[in-house]
Amino acid sequence: MPDLLEREMGTALRIDGDERLARVELRRQIGRLEAQLGSLVAEAFPRLRLDTGVAAASSEPRALGLGDLEVIRDSLATRIGEARLQLQQRAELETRNRELLERMLDVPSKHKWLRISRADVGEPGCGHWHSRPRLGPLGMLMGWWRVKVSSGCPLPGRLAAVER
Amino acid sequence: MGMGVTDSEPRWEPPSSIGWVAPHVAAEFPGLGIAWIEVDGRPGRSPEPVARRLDETSNRFYGAHAIHMRERPIPWAYRVFFRQIGLDPDRTRTPVEQLALDRLQDGGFKTRGLPADALTIATVETGIALRAFDAERLEGALCIRDSAPGEALKGRPGELSHGTLLIADERAPVGLLFGASGEDRSVSRATRRIAIAAIQVDGVPQIAVDEALWMVAATLGVA
Repeated sequence: MPDLLEREMGTALRIDGDERLARVELRRQIGRLEAQLGSLVAEAFPRLRLDTGVAAASSEPRALGLGDLEVIRDSLATRIGEARLQLQQRAELETRNRELLERMLDVPSKHKWLRISRADVGEPGCGHWHSRPRLGPLGMLMGWWRVKVSSGCPLPGRLAAVER
Repeated sequence: MGMGVTDSEPRWEPPSSIGWVAPHVAAEFPGLGIAWIEVDGRPGRSPEPVARRLDETSNRFYGAHAIHMRERPIPWAYRVFFRQIGLDPDRTRTPVEQLALDRLQDGGFKTRGLPADALTIATVETGIALRAFDAERLEGALCIRDSAPGEALKGRPGELSHGTLLIADERAPVGLLFGASGEDRSVSRATRRIAIAAIQVDGVPQIAVDEALWMVAATLGVA
């Protein structure tokens, strides 16, 4: 057992000051980037599912050298960049959808049969807005269009009834 | 301290033992540690209070918890440590995230008997990574070290790759630091005394480790 205690790291990691400090710094950066990635994943939920995977440097746990730590650090930074871009694109899409919803609410007849869900505008829940004619075919002929707001998610009781 | 399995009086708490970490490993990973307790118990079906507690834990756990889990300090600390030791926590899940995923896929924490259910309850409640071994087959103190050339894990084909981080007793490796356990030290039908080990990483407070071990002891004490 003492030999196991005394010997150098099996991965031949250099213990000299500079390289160890570099590894410590890289591990600190990995921790910080992981926290940022976690925040972005939480921010995206449930609208977007972000890919946070970074290829494993090893199939078994081991102390990594500088090169491997740098690869993980850089991959995490790339993932964060991609996640921010995805979130930004999603936010822009939701903004456009909200503007479209406002226009549809103002003039339903100009957006016939258009249906916008709460998810499309970045809101939780199952509801949607649907531009449809009042009184069915008659309203369609007369141009009586309105926006109907759905009542949201089915109640648990109704779902249970369906299952029965 | 968290709640025990029942609302009864505070229970006896077995003193935890602190294992050692090889100095060169500790130098690379400050904050890494292992503590364990030993409790009398044998594997088997979970008694009703434990099964009920597992159900209650399931009912308090939703998808949003799983997503926001990685923002909480302890699950985050394990994720970071996984990255630092070369594992991708999105493929090789941290113990608490694996349980969260199982909960979402199975619709609840399915009972797997003791001591697995006790570990599930404590891991979900505290986020701490826990392992169970057959205490009577361990020799001396547990430790965390890297593998020496030629070492192997019983029941696992081939030798361990040199430098693999593992949990060992004074004789041989008993399991990977995160992952498989040696089959000669795992809990089996013949087990009469169980060692529960908690792996602490940088950023995980000692009180959370103590609570996790206490919780497992309390749960096994019900059986």
